[in-house]
Amino acid sequence: MPGAETAVATAVILQRDALDGLIEALKAKGYRVVGPRVADDAVIYDDLDGADDLPRGWGDEQKGGHYRLRKRPDGALFGYTTAPQGWKRFLYPPKQKLFAARRTASGFAVDPPAPEPQPLAIIGARACELAAMRVQKRVFGDKDYPDPGYQKRLADAFVVAVECTEAGDTCFCASMGTGPAVEAGFDIKMVELVDKSRHVFVAEAGSAKGTKLLKELGGDKAKDADREAATTRVAKAAKSMGRAMDTATAKRLKELPEHPRWEQVAARCLTCGNCTMVCPTCFCTTVEDVTDLKGDNAERWRKWDSCFTVDFSYIHGGSIRTETAARYRQWITHKLSTWHDQFGSSGCVGCGRCITWCPVGIDITEEVAAIHQAEKPAAKGRK
Amino acid sequence: MAERKKPKLAVWKFSSCDGCQLTLLDCEDELLAITEEVRISYFLEATRKVEKGPYDVSLVEGSITTPHDIKAIREVRKMSRTLVTIGACATAGGIQALRNFRNVKEFIRCVYAHPEYIDTLTTSTAVSDHVSVDFELRGCPINKHQLLEVLNATLNGRKPNIPRHSECIECKQNGIVCRMVATGQVCMGPVTQAGCGTLCPGKDRGCYGCFGPMETPNTPSFAKWMKELGTSDLDVQRKFRSFNANAEAFRKESESHG
Repeated sequence: MPGAETAVATAVILQRDALDGLIEALKAKGYRVVGPRVADDAVIYDDLDGADDLPRGWGDEQKGGHYRLRKRPDGALFGYTTAPQGWKRFLYPPKQKLFAARRTASGFAVDPPAPEPQPLAIIGARACELAAMRVQKRVFGDKDYPDPGYQKRLADAFVVAVECTEAGDTCFCASMGTGPAVEAGFDIKMVELVDKSRHVFVAEAGSAKGTKLLKELGGDKAKDADREAATTRVAKAAKSMGRAMDTATAKRLKELPEHPRWEQVAARCLTCGNCTMVCPTCFCTTVEDVTDLKGDNAERWRKWDSCFTVDFSYIHGGSIRTETAARYRQWITHKLSTWHDQFGSSGCVGCGRCITWCPVGIDITEEVAAIHQAEKPAAKGRK
Repeated sequence: MAERKKPKLAVWKFSSCDGCQLTLLDCEDELLAITEEVRISYFLEATRKVEKGPYDVSLVEGSITTPHDIKAIREVRKMSRTLVTIGACATAGGIQALRNFRNVKEFIRCVYAHPEYIDTLTTSTAVSDHVSVDFELRGCPINKHQLLEVLNATLNGRKPNIPRHSECIECKQNGIVCRMVATGQVCMGPVTQAGCGTLCPGKDRGCYGCFGPMETPNTPSFAKWMKELGTSDLDVQRKFRSFNANAEAFRKESESHG
């Protein structure tokens, strides 16, 4: 993934078939190519064999606790909004072996972690997802203790971003300032243009690697009209967001630990942890040590964890957050408010996954809006 | 390293289908390693050879359904240093705990030609309702990897890594697309403890709740959502009344429906 390099390359027009060439070229360069395809009643991010795997003609319908695949007539390849899980599971796998240890005659020996597998080529990253990568890069980028695994996977990745030309009902990246236009963090970015007369991509490089690959793919220089069409479509998506976040109130949540809304949302919250699992920035993990029967071999594993579990806040003698209200408050307050203090930005990128994949449809934007409403002068005095 | 004395393992059965004991035999690849580390002293499902107690580790399958069971489980407890209950029957009363919601005498009259031969309790209950239990391993049946983990941890003197959180976390870790959100099927995952290895959701089936209630199940909220998905009140009750019908959270919720 490129750093702060800005896109200076001229845009080109790629025909739909050029995507075959793109995926083939990335494979030939040794990348593991991952991108969207239809499986298990959803557009998921998974390994791609070729452009035929892309979800041609598929879109989705998302709302609180609800997702359905929808056929779309235009044959668009990137006509869906976001997949159930983001790129986190590739860049920050759910289960990672940290090391293994063997008993030896004189004590024990530690075996280093396995070398990194082949680098990733990510096809179809959305603006909110690139924002999430930037957030996690900071989270795992502590100056004294950076996470070498995450940093390397991200640095080695080749990122093909595809800007959204439509927004979903649970999308709110526009209000978070993270999309839908892609500004940085890509090797190639594309906008898909489909109409009766053509099916093309307006593509731009964002790094030297991207420039080189685009050159290999050929393609005519994009006309001003093509670039305008692309910009207009992305701007249209920005205006059709299904949700919006009240960021001012969101930032203030840390000042409202006793707000009555916490108990109300706790009555609905299942503490199942789905929101944290699908969140592209949630990074909490637990560490498990496992042994074999003889006790001669041990392994240390890092696994995704959630602030919604009882064990998460367990310290000597018991769990700190026994109440559901305390756990929901912890999650949303950290995500939207104290994240600013800790990492210099919001922890939310507005992808809407926590809304869609909450089994009971709890809506992070609605919770903030309700708190804002209750905090209005007329409602004050019931802190 | 000094040769350690092999701990004695006993496997007991109460009211159950034997499926959880079979999980131990199903360990196949690991079975030889197990026999190298423990002495199988009592395991009638596997061998007629029986050694007297006391035992270091007892695995107990099955629920308590007869007066004889109550006496027997107390004996097992006395003879066992560590007692681990395995499976939904032993940890919650099993599917046979459906009797707890009805009149058992009527069942006996309907089913048996000679009801006078039947000596049974009116309830099917968990082992922990009768004796103290050191660890409860959930599932119908239990998961082989979790069983090995409990044995490994017990033999090595550490706490087993058996999470009590929802099945959803396991689904997400395994990359399963939520059946309830993506297809509208009712799935018990959000109120059910993880551990099965996403068996049903991985095969396009909502979770049946075989591993019993998760650590903090919000069953009223979940029941309300099930109804919004079009589940009848009676079916909501049925969802909570299966293999873990007598687990407290599921029993209480089931009693508010139907």
